[in-house]
Amino acid sequence: MQNTRNTEELAHGLAEEVPRLTEAWRIFRKNTLAVWGLVIFIAFFIVAVSGLLLTTGENPVLDPAKVRLSEKLLRPLTPVNTEMVKPGDRPVFGIYLLGTDDLGRDVFARMMQGAWVSLTVGFVAVGISVIIGIILGGIAGYYGRLRIKFMHVLCLIAFFVSMILLASGQRGPALDSLAVTLLLSAFSAVYHYLAAKGGTGPKILDFLFFDTFSVDTLIMRFVDIMLCFPSFFLILTIVALLPASIYNIMIVIGLTSWMGTTRFVRAEFLSLREQDFVSAAKAMGLSDISIIFRHMMPNAIAPVLVSATIGVAMAILTEAGLSFLGFGVPPPHATWGNILAGGESFIFDAPWLMYIPGLSILTVVLSFNLFGEGLRDALNPKLRKR
Amino acid sequence: MLSFTVRSFFQKLVTLFFISIISFLVVYLAPGKPSQIDPLNPKFTPEDLVRYRKEFNLDKPLYVQYYLYYRNLFSGQLKSWKDNQPVMDKIKERVMNSLWLFLVGTLITWSLSFPVGISAALRRGSFFDRFSTFIAYVLISIPGFFFAYILIELVVRAFNVPVIGMYTFGMAKADFIYRVMDRIWHMVLPSILMALGGIALLSRYVRAQMLEIIHQDYIRTAMAKGLSADVVYYKHGLRNALLPFVTMFGLILPGLIGGSVIIESIFAWPGIGRMAFEAILARDYPVILTINFISAVLVLAGTFISDLLYMVVDPRIRL
Repeated sequence: MQNTRNTEELAHGLAEEVPRLTEAWRIFRKNTLAVWGLVIFIAFFIVAVSGLLLTTGENPVLDPAKVRLSEKLLRPLTPVNTEMVKPGDRPVFGIYLLGTDDLGRDVFARMMQGAWVSLTVGFVAVGISVIIGIILGGIAGYYGRLRIKFMHVLCLIAFFVSMILLASGQRGPALDSLAVTLLLSAFSAVYHYLAAKGGTGPKILDFLFFDTFSVDTLIMRFVDIMLCFPSFFLILTIVALLPASIYNIMIVIGLTSWMGTTRFVRAEFLSLREQDFVSAAKAMGLSDISIIFRHMMPNAIAPVLVSATIGVAMAILTEAGLSFLGFGVPPPHATWGNILAGGESFIFDAPWLMYIPGLSILTVVLSFNLFGEGLRDALNPKLRKR
Repeated sequence: MLSFTVRSFFQKLVTLFFISIISFLVVYLAPGKPSQIDPLNPKFTPEDLVRYRKEFNLDKPLYVQYYLYYRNLFSGQLKSWKDNQPVMDKIKERVMNSLWLFLVGTLITWSLSFPVGISAALRRGSFFDRFSTFIAYVLISIPGFFFAYILIELVVRAFNVPVIGMYTFGMAKADFIYRVMDRIWHMVLPSILMALGGIALLSRYVRAQMLEIIHQDYIRTAMAKGLSADVVYYKHGLRNALLPFVTMFGLILPGLIGGSVIIESIFAWPGIGRMAFEAILARDYPVILTINFISAVLVLAGTFISDLLYMVVDPRIRL
């Protein structure tokens, strides 16, 4: 009884405890630009989803692929010519809201379809890069101090050699190399088993299991190597050499942009690893997986979220740039990037074919950037109540 | 300091070695063969194909090709597959063209970012601050080629001058002064476009850096001493805020090759970025690989220089 009153008295003088999200929202709300960013972000999401619903199916409400050669390059808000176009081919409301392109396709329908495709490209690419970044950064941060044994380096080398041989189409040597990998792994597994049992036998083989570099060195040097490639040029090279497909573009953008996330996650993990709640979790006997994903990751996710938001924006811009060079998402899918690139030839005859997708991309990418920056400030512990 | 320099130099060499392997594998393992670039050409017989593969070592194992490629690169014998010209000569010529854009663009970036960033920081929260922040975000968010077309349309309509290419056709015999004017008009748009993204990022960075400095104790002390605001901000503040930017001189080096593919394609500027793009289209592996290698060298040299500069300007870092 005495005790509780004391705590209440103590709490009286202290500042009220505010949940973290409420606090973040309080800071975020003050940033007018970021709030506008969030509003546009949500609006874009709704447009993209409704675009998906309205333009797919047997008989879509908005048909982005319908070619009407008599209705080429019409201005926005032109009513449909009822004499030339069959009733089934007419756009909804009998009006071309955003005009038509050089094949007489309804730009509004194409923009609605493109919104979803552009959003998918951005989110899948960033999803890939975030997953790779979290895994590599988490390993480098949590297990970074472990050293790789010489034997394991041999295993890794043999494995990569076999993968390279497989990719270059030499089946036979690839299988040989894979067999060597398996042999080496089996050998080291037996060694570790015997060493764990405490026998004297494996002692002679210790010279094969000396420590080399640490896990952290391996991963961070790899990050350094990847950062040396000029990113747009690398993406362009791979996309141009691979067959054209929307999946290749998402995968390549994802595979070339995970380095930032890896660095953030590693840095967060390095500081979190030393904190008391992690030691407590270890003392309780929790598994590494549970410590990493349930206890450390939620504390490390803030910078990842911010860089992912800005990453989606960058991916949409990269896709537009690739479309301009002719290596964007191939024709059956419309994206804002390839509508914009397609309008380039008609800049004087039909300027809306460039301005509509261009300004849309600008608005959406701007909103992602502003929202991301606002999020960074809101989640930054330095800016909480001064 | 010497030991750090030597160690960092060797680390960079090892990194470069791995980069050479990875970029080689990426290009050579991609599906499709360079010898199939023109399969419908009736003049390209199977015998030619064999000869072609033999000529460019494509029939040898991958590691032999790797060795031959880098041996040729370093001995200067590397030939383009497209026209059999030495790769280094071709690149040298194109780099000279890109260098102009790069220098003018960098000059514009650095001379505009600092005034904008500093005055935004000193007048934090003012209309100017919010406006420049917003414009910076717009410049980062706009698709580069879309913005380029808007600018081209404006300039061509307003001033009626040709802007595509490096010079106007038929100007070679004109007076010196006209040729210079012509050249300047052709350089204005591409170099401004190359500078814009840089201005947006750099001015934000200058602003953040300046904001951090003006809240330091020594600035308050200088103010309390009764110095004028200009002396405090520009002599005491700016000097310290400049520190991280000295190192950025090293980091702009890779921009010479990196950011120019799209802009050089729009303006038909015969620079290194466009050459890279043409090489990709023609599957000219030696050119692609060499450009990739050079840009990796530039990145590594840039970080190396910036490490050294940091040690020179900031005595606290000296090891």
